[in-house]
Amino acid sequence: MTMKILVPVKRVVDANVRVRIGSAGGVDTAGLKMSLNPFDECAVEQALRLREAGVASSVTVLTCGRPVCQDVLRTALAMGADNAVLIDTANASPDSLGIARLLHAFITADTDTDTDTDTDTDTDAYGLVLCGKQAIDDDIGGVAAMLAALLGWPQALNASAMEAAARGWLVTCGDDAGTATWRLDGPAVVSADLRLAEPRRVTLPSIVKAKQKPLRTVDASTFNVPLGTQIRIVDMAEPPVRQPGIKVADTTALLGAIGSGRLFQNVGA
Amino acid sequence: MTMRSLVVGEWKDGAIADATLRVIRAVSERGVPVDVLTFSSVMANAAVCLDGVERVLLASDDVPNPETLAAFLQHIASDYSMIAASHRTAGRAALPRAAALTGNAFLADITRVVTAQRFVRGLYAGSVVATIESTGATLFATIRTSSFAPACATGGEASIVALEPIAPFTATVLIDRQAAMQDGSDLASASVVVAGGRGLASKENMDTLGTLARNMGAALGASRAAVDAGYAPNAAQVGQTGKTVAPDIYLAFGISGAIQHLAGMKDSQIIVAVNKDPDAPIFSVADYGIVGDLFDVMGELDAHARATGDAQ
Repeated sequence: MTMKILVPVKRVVDANVRVRIGSAGGVDTAGLKMSLNPFDECAVEQALRLREAGVASSVTVLTCGRPVCQDVLRTALAMGADNAVLIDTANASPDSLGIARLLHAFITADTDTDTDTDTDTDTDAYGLVLCGKQAIDDDIGGVAAMLAALLGWPQALNASAMEAAARGWLVTCGDDAGTATWRLDGPAVVSADLRLAEPRRVTLPSIVKAKQKPLRTVDASTFNVPLGTQIRIVDMAEPPVRQPGIKVADTTALLGAIGSGRLFQNVGA
Repeated sequence: MTMRSLVVGEWKDGAIADATLRVIRAVSERGVPVDVLTFSSVMANAAVCLDGVERVLLASDDVPNPETLAAFLQHIASDYSMIAASHRTAGRAALPRAAALTGNAFLADITRVVTAQRFVRGLYAGSVVATIESTGATLFATIRTSSFAPACATGGEASIVALEPIAPFTATVLIDRQAAMQDGSDLASASVVVAGGRGLASKENMDTLGTLARNMGAALGASRAAVDAGYAPNAAQVGQTGKTVAPDIYLAFGISGAIQHLAGMKDSQIIVAVNKDPDAPIFSVADYGIVGDLFDVMGELDAHARATGDAQ
């Protein structure tokens, strides 16, 4: 028996789009290009590589959101994920803890179902949750550690390399001064840096094929978990714009403008 | 609700880390008592002198991983309305985990404290500045240290409270730690940063920029493009997914200025950009721009820096 990998993903405003505050005082995403969160894309790629290496039997991608989010699930299916799950949150806007609780409930329920039904051919349990290290819209990066906490599993964040080990995983993570390599025993939650695995290109035949792959929708309310209302955005604004600077002709002019005392304040210090 | 703040302390080079002093200053603005969590008696004894700190909590020094730190925080969370750490690796790993263990919210990278329950942080790589209200029992949050001045390391008279030891989390084991080559000062707290982008064109040229940084007493930074190209280590990356810096002077060489990079350096006091492309977006945030050959400017600055050093 091998394991399954779960890759939670998020639909976000594309990294190349600059968001603006709309007249209603919030970010107006209507009409903006939406994409699979880039870090999640790397997580999907790493999960596929682990499956292709025989470490995992299947890769499930999951997102929490409205039905419109199915498009990023289809992207992940076109990359090669085996099946997809949309947890439909309807009009709720869960915070990081709410998402972690939904994922925890999903993993727990799915595992229970697998052991209870002998008609289910897919009897493997989830041995790894791989997600992006942060979503590029809210920039929090909380869900991976929160989910690991609820599962009681080891965690490794900001991973730039990973491999299966005898009892779990060896994961190399970026930290403040360089990298750290951790051994995680048993099932684990790992969050991906952009360097973990460069996502493969999606081909036209794979997009067609992805339309046939299973994508099921589960109503968030069936999990009966609180979705989090402990934090609330009370104001959104655009940051102050820096005053436009000047062009200077050369190094001499630059030194004159800043003052070499300031520019070389640390020389000899 | 208990209105106290707890700061998870960090120890660096035989002293309370500058990052911790800045987190203390940040949470002090909530206007409620501040405690500091320490991990050795030496560290605790240094922390009692910190200005504005009421109690120093002394945990065991056996905190081998973020999971164990989170378990410590879980035990004491009910005493606090906020638990904060710097927005660095340890806090980013342990605080959200502790938040989930206690059923609380987590916020990352706070740049301003408005009131005891209101905070400011960026969204969308800093394109949006959001004010957020917390209504939970205990808010867990990391703090952007470059947005706050350090608290005074002397003048305090805190008391030390020893905590009960807890069993460490054993399923996560550190195998190896590798420091990246970083010349000179710590990037996140450096007063001058010299940063290179894809325009450097090779690792050798980035090394030359590193020499300039060293001669200037500056820290070396890099854009994601330069890191991805292998010119510079990951730890040097400045931007949305790397480090956030706000030095006196930020010199950007061959960096085009993608919004994700600007997110990490646009709070610098003076930004200098050198790029051969006059339309590079970096010029829109630069106080001083030079359109031209970056290697010429690097060479001339290096000569000036050496001359300044020789004159001292």
